[in-house]
Amino acid sequence: MENLLEIKDLEKSFTLHNLGKNIRALSGIDIMLKEGEFIGITGKSGSGKSTILKCIYGTYRLQQGSIWYNSKKFGPINLADASNRQMIYLRQHEIGYVSQFLNVMPRTTARQLVKQAILEMGADYKMAERETEKILLHFELDQELWDSYPGTFSGGEKLRLNIARAMVKKPRLLLLDEPTASLDYVSKLKVKILIEQLMKEGTTMLGIFHDLEFMNNLVDREYNMHNGAFTLSS
Amino acid sequence: MTEFEVPVLSIKHLNKQFGTGCAHCTNPEPDALIKNYCKVCGTVFACRDVSFDVYPGEVLGVVGESGSGKSTLMQCLYFDQEATSGEAYISSYQNGLKNLFQESSQQKRYIRNNLMGKVYQNPLLGLKIDFSSIGNIAEKLIAAGSRNVEMMEARGTDLLGKVNIPIHRSKEAPKNFSGGMQQRVQIAKALSNNPPILLLDEVTTGLDLSVQASVLDLIKSLQRELNISIVLVSHDLGVIRMLADRTMVMLDGQVIEQGLTDQILEDPQHAFTQQLVHSLL
Repeated sequence: MENLLEIKDLEKSFTLHNLGKNIRALSGIDIMLKEGEFIGITGKSGSGKSTILKCIYGTYRLQQGSIWYNSKKFGPINLADASNRQMIYLRQHEIGYVSQFLNVMPRTTARQLVKQAILEMGADYKMAERETEKILLHFELDQELWDSYPGTFSGGEKLRLNIARAMVKKPRLLLLDEPTASLDYVSKLKVKILIEQLMKEGTTMLGIFHDLEFMNNLVDREYNMHNGAFTLSS
Repeated sequence: MTEFEVPVLSIKHLNKQFGTGCAHCTNPEPDALIKNYCKVCGTVFACRDVSFDVYPGEVLGVVGESGSGKSTLMQCLYFDQEATSGEAYISSYQNGLKNLFQESSQQKRYIRNNLMGKVYQNPLLGLKIDFSSIGNIAEKLIAAGSRNVEMMEARGTDLLGKVNIPIHRSKEAPKNFSGGMQQRVQIAKALSNNPPILLLDEVTTGLDLSVQASVLDLIKSLQRELNISIVLVSHDLGVIRMLADRTMVMLDGQVIEQGLTDQILEDPQHAFTQQLVHSLL
């Protein structure tokens, strides 16, 4: 497989049984993503941007189409038919997802959250502890916050922790769901530096952005979405 | 699709019926039953063709409304009920080649005492309520073949410490304890023989929120530290979201949907699952 990710003719709709409705969210989506490439997706709210990322990450099950991913562990694999256990493995080792909302585990500190991510990859306890401190320092998260609950953090702090947690695994493919939404200028700049660093390290990324100015300086290519389909790409 | 892991526990086509069945309900017509009940002979089909695998270190959530067969399933797995038909395999027992349901009752007792732990919703079912707490743990250890009192006492003290029961109360009977404490003694007992598989049946139902949180945190940390595989039955989707990697949904004795927990919660397919998830949000 030449590309890291090849999405062909992706179609997703939601059947709402209680309303007797069928809502089409995506149709005819094709994406090719080479290793080390960074593609941006733009579009109005509700146009289906996040749905694409959730289909790749396995949160949504698709109706039609294929999502071929070139895995280190499994070789080329169609994520649309991957087993749940394979998907769990890929999430733990190869595919990262950063959303604008931090899914906070109740009563878990920032330090534990990052450490858990490292442990999932099979690192030993001591090493996980060291790596956690390194990454928290790197992300300039206030040391006072390390042992407190992320539920109490500001939006920017949460987001940085969220990216830290995804980045610490050094995923081969990173999905970014509006990583700069609701951030102030300084925080945005910090996120930008992090993304640039990931690019340098060769991480392949697919990101959704509302902030076009922010995105234009970063991505290799971009797609624009309207009503569940791409309108133009450059 | 070839699997890259070996399941710890594998259940195939498990059926459990209460009643003998009759010509009307054994005939595979779709309208033969009302939900899972035969109106001709009164047989209840509590589990119908349930199959699933549990992998090392994972938490499999089982959700469904009351009466959907979740607890019956757990009872069959722990041999509290005899399965009507079906197969069950544990990878660490006879290399996973022997069907557990067809083993002798001695062998079943061995499996139950050495390879599994179960925590019931009602602590009265899992504990001898007027034995000392540490005696309850010793009971399970003795059943599993331990005879060294010193070792059992050390193990009991260690486990009660892990579940936050103060040492000076370890000789007290669970009947003197609050519901949350009883539940934690039950968990300590279930863990005492280091079972590779833990069955948890509605362990937090009926506990107040802060106790619920401490029981859940305990389960989560034990699972991480000891890498136990857990089957977790709950009708509380919050508990499932927090603990389960994968989830299956039961309705009228059948598994109607299974998938990654976030799939079930964010993209439920079946009408009943959608109703369940919408009731939460």
